[in-house]
Amino acid sequence: MQNRETRIAWYFLLPLLVALAAVALWPLGRNIYFSFTNAFLDNPTDYSFVGLENFATVIEDPVFWGAVKNTMIFTLVSVTLETLLGLAVALLLHRAFAGRGLVRAAILVPWAMPMVVSAKIWEWMFNDQFGLINKALIWLGFLDKGIAWTADPSLILGTIIFIDVWVTTPFMVLLILAGLQLIPEEIYEAAEVSGVPAWKRLWSITLPLAAPAIGVAVLFRTLDALRMFDLSYVIAANSENAMTMSIYARDQLIGFQDLGVGSAASTWVFLIVGLVAILIVSVLRLDRNTT
Amino acid sequence: MTGPKRYSNQAYRRLRAVKRFGLYAGVAIVLAYMLFPYYWAIISSTKSRASLYSFSLLPSLDFSNYISLFNNPIFMGAIVNSAIVAFSSSLISLIISLLAAYALGRLHFPVSRIILICVLMISVFPQVVVLSGMFEVIGWLDFYNRPAALIFSYLLLILPFTTWVLTSFIRDLPTELEEAALIDGCSRIRILTHVLLPLMGPAIASTGLLAFILAWNEFLFALTFILTDENRTVPVAIGLLTGSSRYEYPFGQIMAASVTVTLPLLILVLIFQRKIVAGLTAGAVKG
Repeated sequence: MQNRETRIAWYFLLPLLVALAAVALWPLGRNIYFSFTNAFLDNPTDYSFVGLENFATVIEDPVFWGAVKNTMIFTLVSVTLETLLGLAVALLLHRAFAGRGLVRAAILVPWAMPMVVSAKIWEWMFNDQFGLINKALIWLGFLDKGIAWTADPSLILGTIIFIDVWVTTPFMVLLILAGLQLIPEEIYEAAEVSGVPAWKRLWSITLPLAAPAIGVAVLFRTLDALRMFDLSYVIAANSENAMTMSIYARDQLIGFQDLGVGSAASTWVFLIVGLVAILIVSVLRLDRNTT
Repeated sequence: MTGPKRYSNQAYRRLRAVKRFGLYAGVAIVLAYMLFPYYWAIISSTKSRASLYSFSLLPSLDFSNYISLFNNPIFMGAIVNSAIVAFSSSLISLIISLLAAYALGRLHFPVSRIILICVLMISVFPQVVVLSGMFEVIGWLDFYNRPAALIFSYLLLILPFTTWVLTSFIRDLPTELEEAALIDGCSRIRILTHVLLPLMGPAIASTGLLAFILAWNEFLFALTFILTDENRTVPVAIGLLTGSSRYEYPFGQIMAASVTVTLPLLILVLIFQRKIVAGLTAGAVKG
């Protein structure tokens, strides 16, 4: 009986396994394979093996390290801001008020839009001459003349982080709200009756109990931020000041047609993201074991 | 509200009113932050070129941007391409992952947990990591610069997600009906199509909508595997939309395009809101 059920299960899983092998495992394997060759995109069948040369080329390239640095700053700052803002909004929307369902639906708007569209809308609002933001800042007296938010090399990464926070905070809010809803109301009632002040209820009841949900949300968002491509690509084009690891790897592969070096860069990205994933998961595990 | 400190009745009421006001003010700020940019895009899209640079917060009901957009064959073609690609890849993903979700959610077999974890790991893959391998596979299949290239490669984005969500939906369904059907000698596939599927209408609709959004919004593969304008999808078409001269950046038209490609999705998301939230948070909370 058990064997029969296992066999049936494999039949049901077969299409998924075949499809994932075709779109994930095989291309990943080929990518790693090409990393060790000097293949070019225009003629990918004609190549020879060059050992670790491509990996060395990538890590000797200062542009690559610039991209790694940008990606790390982007990930660290944007995920931190999103988590804090997401937590604040989730705590607010967790309270009972008229029209709560509608508000929860409305905050999905930034999340459901294509990233390219969000990027274009914000690019328009951040426009140095005609943008609403400069206009408002000048009107309020904070600025004398408009700032080139998306062109100034020292501002561009900050602008991109700002837009990303707007786009992805809804996702954070949803995941944290779902975590908050799992906390039984009785705990709060008991704490309130015995005179625990509000800030302490937040600090020693809400946060520890919502921590697993927050942890999962942070993990997902971090891995997503590390692979960011479209926002930077649309806002900053090829500016090295906002180039991410994904943009660097694609540039080598498609822009320079260098299949070997491009694949090696992708493989580095894979290793870096994998390392970060392992780090976060082990931190989360540690947390779970101690509490 | 039985606070430990004793307030006079009046002071207590005043405190409550202040708290209430603070709550609604906070909600208003959140809504303004989340919605204003889209509102501004709508406003800007209805302004003629001259009034685009005025800062009136009200629409000026000039639809010339929309008219020139709808007369732009590349943009209209991109909408058709996007619809074909997003619909096909979502449908294929739903079928494959529904079968898998039944096995993962209902049948008892040793490696189901490992498979679920692998699926989850694939969903956090950076896309560039498969780019060169995918390029080669698409070349072999002769899909390059065709919508089929995107339908195929989007399975990577959609399948892990739909499998995960449908598995958790199936686990939440009651088992009594199935057990009865099983005792009656019903085959597994018949149970899936005749017993579970009718119960899963809303779940499948919302999962399908999320899958559709994933495909509709994708940028990196669409930029890489499509070469010519007439085969582009919407995000890339908008990303590459430029004016007739390089000094004339068509913000009004870009805003009109942004509103056009987002509005249908937003309406659907608002309609399916409850189920979508359930789908997005499924697994993340329970897993």
